[in-house]
Amino acid sequence: MTSHVDGNALAGPLSELFSADMTCASCRCASCGDVADLAEAMVYQKPNTYIVRCHRCGAMLLTIIQGSHRTRLELSGVAALSVPRPGT
Amino acid sequence: MPIISRGFSGRRREESPQLPPGQYLTEDFPVLSAGPTPAIATSDWVFGVTGDVAETRAWNWEQFHELGLEEIHTDIHCVTRWSKLGTSWRGVSLDRVLDGLDVAGRFAMAGCYGGYTTNVPVDDLLGGKAWIATEFEGAPLDPEHGGPARLLVPHLYFWKSAKWVRTLRIMPKDEPGFWEQNGYNMYGDPWREQRYW
Amino acid sequence: MTGDWTVGTVTAIAPQTPTSRSIDLEVPGWPGNLAGQHLDLRLTAPDGYTATRSYSIATAGAGTRVQLAVDRLPDGEVSPYLVDELIVGDQLEVRGPLGGWFVWRPPADDRSPAEPVQLIGGGSGIVPLMAMARAHAAVASTVPFRLLYSVRAPEDVFFAAELAELARSPHFDIDWVYTRTAPEGWSGSPGRVTRERLAEAVVPAALDPAVFVCGPTGFVETVADLLVELGHPAARVKTERFGGA
Repeated sequence: MTSHVDGNALAGPLSELFSADMTCASCRCASCGDVADLAEAMVYQKPNTYIVRCHRCGAMLLTIIQGSHRTRLELSGVAALSVPRPGT
Repeated sequence: MPIISRGFSGRRREESPQLPPGQYLTEDFPVLSAGPTPAIATSDWVFGVTGDVAETRAWNWEQFHELGLEEIHTDIHCVTRWSKLGTSWRGVSLDRVLDGLDVAGRFAMAGCYGGYTTNVPVDDLLGGKAWIATEFEGAPLDPEHGGPARLLVPHLYFWKSAKWVRTLRIMPKDEPGFWEQNGYNMYGDPWREQRYW
Repeated sequence: MTGDWTVGTVTAIAPQTPTSRSIDLEVPGWPGNLAGQHLDLRLTAPDGYTATRSYSIATAGAGTRVQLAVDRLPDGEVSPYLVDELIVGDQLEVRGPLGGWFVWRPPADDRSPAEPVQLIGGGSGIVPLMAMARAHAAVASTVPFRLLYSVRAPEDVFFAAELAELARSPHFDIDWVYTRTAPEGWSGSPGRVTRERLAEAVVPAALDPAVFVCGPTGFVETVADLLVELGHPAARVKTERFGGA
């Protein structure tokens, strides 16, 4: 697990938190301003932890940590998220 | 209620007095990283102590080795539940690194090439409990595992043993590092299972 | 809700390659899925230990049957169980369908613009592409589909017989890359995918194909970079890298 996967891998963990499919959300990186679908982000994965980085500049976008009883979502590098509305 | 998967046991997990709760034994050395691996030539490497000390100090690779390497035999425990027993390292004791610097603050923030940080109380760095390690199992520490040099604080979960360590900033008050800001425990004692928040 | 876990039952298992097999699951309440989506699968040991992994779905459309295809990873924890231990009748916890980005949707009707589709798969990266190829065939779509499939050797081809059948369609072509061993009578020589091979085997950028690339990280990275060099806009190239374990 030395290399990253795509943001597609976030669909499951984020489905516990959001009703929309967040991999299709476009995400603006607070560091470089790049706007890309979350599916395109670089995901570094380890058990219970997802580190998500901007595919352009490599800055941290968000992290997901799944504890035994709680999930923590840290949106440290996300300036904006734009999510498709249901049924559109 | 989860259903039990017939015949599934997962990674080998066993009871052992050397194994903290919730850990399993591994023979290999998993690489878990949260970003690209930085490439640092030993000719470019520097390590420094800054912050709440009487004088700041920095060493290059050769100067750092003159502090004296020692042999370390220890178990390591990763928050992602693997433990590896009886690992061998060589490194410089933090007692030697901090010796004579008149450390005033009680907390330290390790800073790394690549941008990671992690916080450790100064007391946990002293007394023969922590090192800056440059060799693993008789060979130079490879970049994937934090080479050329990583912090080694094996009595805490292994994320505290920051890879690619570059600075120790001494602080009067505890502050969260990278993982701790993201929900990992401020202290990280494996025997008390201090994994997350 | 897709975030909820549900129990599926293994209804069929078939070997695909020497290290992999397909697994059919009957999942009551499964809402159907788009071609290219994945699901999360969770295993639980008797002591409560759990391991969760994502697997692409090889099937698409309505119905409660989904098919996965899993390759055994040498140091894996879940894949060896699925390839070596699992038997028909076993139950597995799944949640999904997941992911709406790496998907192909058939054109709504004959007047919809039918953009050509280029699929590029490495190894078991064929799985979500297989769902797309099956969806294409299921609606008798005339959208031009082309698949470039990179495998180590002929015996490493997933869904070999079905792919051969699909390739009889005038709207579906397959090109191959053999990285180690080529079949007898094959004109090229074995080796990794190159810019030249992509240039000849991929729908040209001038036709503005939708490109889907799936495989191990190194493969996907190489292919995606080469496609951009060949003039494909990065926004037209969707990728799905998979890790391991």
